Amino acid sequence: MDYNPMELMICCAARLLEDGRTVAVGTGAPCAAAMLAQRTTAPNLVILFEAGGVAPLLPTMPISVGDSRTFYRGVMATSMADIMETCQRGMIDYTFLGGAQIDPYGNLNSTMIGPDYARPKVRLPGSGGANDLASFCWRTLVMTHHDRRRFVEKLDFLTTPGYLTGPGAREAAGLPPGTGPYRVITNLAILGFDDETKRMRVESLHPGVSWEQVQAATSFPLTARQPLAITPPPTERELHLLRTEVDPHRYIIGRPC
Amino acid sequence: MTSPDRGAAPLFTDPSANAARAWFANKPRALIDKRTTVRDAVARLVSDGAYLAIGGFGGDRLPTAVVHEIVRQGKQNLSFAGHTATHDFQILCAGNLLGRGQTLARVEIAYVVGLEARGLSPHARRVMESGEVEFTEWTNYALAARLKAAAMGVPFLPIRSLLGTDTFRYSGARVIDCPFTGERLAAVPALYPDVAAIHVHEADCYGNCRLRGTSVADLDLARAAKRLIITCERLIPHDEIRRDPTQTVIPFFCVDAVCEVPFGSYPGNMPYEYFSDEEHLRQWLEAERDLVTYRAWVEQHIYGVEDFSDYLHRCGGLRRMQQLRQQELLLDRPG
Repeated sequence: MDYNPMELMICCAARLLEDGRTVAVGTGAPCAAAMLAQRTTAPNLVILFEAGGVAPLLPTMPISVGDSRTFYRGVMATSMADIMETCQRGMIDYTFLGGAQIDPYGNLNSTMIGPDYARPKVRLPGSGGANDLASFCWRTLVMTHHDRRRFVEKLDFLTTPGYLTGPGAREAAGLPPGTGPYRVITNLAILGFDDETKRMRVESLHPGVSWEQVQAATSFPLTARQPLAITPPPTERELHLLRTEVDPHRYIIGRPC
Repeated sequence: MTSPDRGAAPLFTDPSANAARAWFANKPRALIDKRTTVRDAVARLVSDGAYLAIGGFGGDRLPTAVVHEIVRQGKQNLSFAGHTATHDFQILCAGNLLGRGQTLARVEIAYVVGLEARGLSPHARRVMESGEVEFTEWTNYALAARLKAAAMGVPFLPIRSLLGTDTFRYSGARVIDCPFTGERLAAVPALYPDVAAIHVHEADCYGNCRLRGTSVADLDLARAAKRLIITCERLIPHDEIRRDPTQTVIPFFCVDAVCEVPFGSYPGNMPYEYFSDEEHLRQWLEAERDLVTYRAWVEQHIYGVEDFSDYLHRCGGLRRMQQLRQQELLLDRPG
């Protein structure tokens, strides 16, 4: 069955979410992944939105992390501090983030592009809740387009912590132990982090993608898990649910990743 | 990476709990009728140079009328809490670089410039890239915790984010060691805004407020702010508050002005009332692309507008509001 890269990325992300767990999501592809997971392998996945929505039965894709869809038929509509403190207490298993740049340790930049902080070449929104969620949630998942401008050795600005400078750096900084980036899902591959070095490594290549292609789209040297797997393509059932129930208007799956 | 123990950024407000107590000692407590117009509330309560915070979540439960009025009255040199600021920030930026002085002078950023899935605001980018606005970095939770500290009446709170990042480096936070466990924590200073505006579903004439849906940071913001303007969808009788006090989330003594503004979150979403006007927000973003078009847009939607009711009228009036209500209640699709 034919599928586009965004559909594959959403399916990959959905499969990583285990049943009975909690996930803090934003709008867009991560929300689609969580909704798909609920309809496939994780019917008891609890979705939370940082503006205060808890366990909604999402009728449509939210446009804003704070719009009324984010608590539609939910179990609670609460405050941002309550959600963030639930994360800080260690109750939230996953979060999804993105950014304009990502480095080998999974650190993210969503603040600015350029050499001078006070006079940015491009001013981006900033942390929002990303820095908090990546600090608090057990496993951070990143969904992003894969190219050399995004995958850089050094960020223009370290907005959100991955493994910072390597093994032990998060703990030394005071971040809660046992947390950190887990998987990076791109249009080319699924990447993880080497246990020893905490640097990014390829876990699986998407169907039809070569190792050389992935390395060429990355500005820093990658390693690979051996033997290197091929990402299973979306199943017919996944695609059907994604296209008919999760995103029937193709807001997410209809746009380039 | 060298990990500094203090962020380099200045604070734009005084975190002192004693200074705040001195202010709150003199804040009026009388149960008096505070109903007024948005024009009067903004003229009286928002001074040039003030530190401003806006409730809701960007385009959700936004006190739009107050934000428009701040720009319309040409308020200058404001500091702003960019706490999940989206359309509110976009409106305030219309007071910069368009030949009417400088509404925004300092911004504490957690989230600005973007409108979430809708994209980045070209004019907000222009303003933030111009060099005329001073800014510092925070996070959504850091600003929520700063408001919470202020609401608690303490000078700071410890949190476990920010640490190890450039976001910390360009913030005004400090690293402290927990006196009990020795764990490293980020101390974030209390934030007492000079003035805040919050849109709620219902309020009585004294300012007792009810809201539905997520409260975001508004319950702490209401208590942290030195002056508070409430806009509400509906005024309700004081007796109704007394009948069910469990529903009151902001008490009257936090409130300085009460303005009834039906559809007051437009073009934002108001839970259980009306959905956001995505078409209007898209047109707004489009108009920002070049300065000439945008100047005309701002003239047409802010300066040349009598009041918020006039703005609603120009945006399609009751007919449009009815459509947005049906969207909110999911009645706009086949059964």
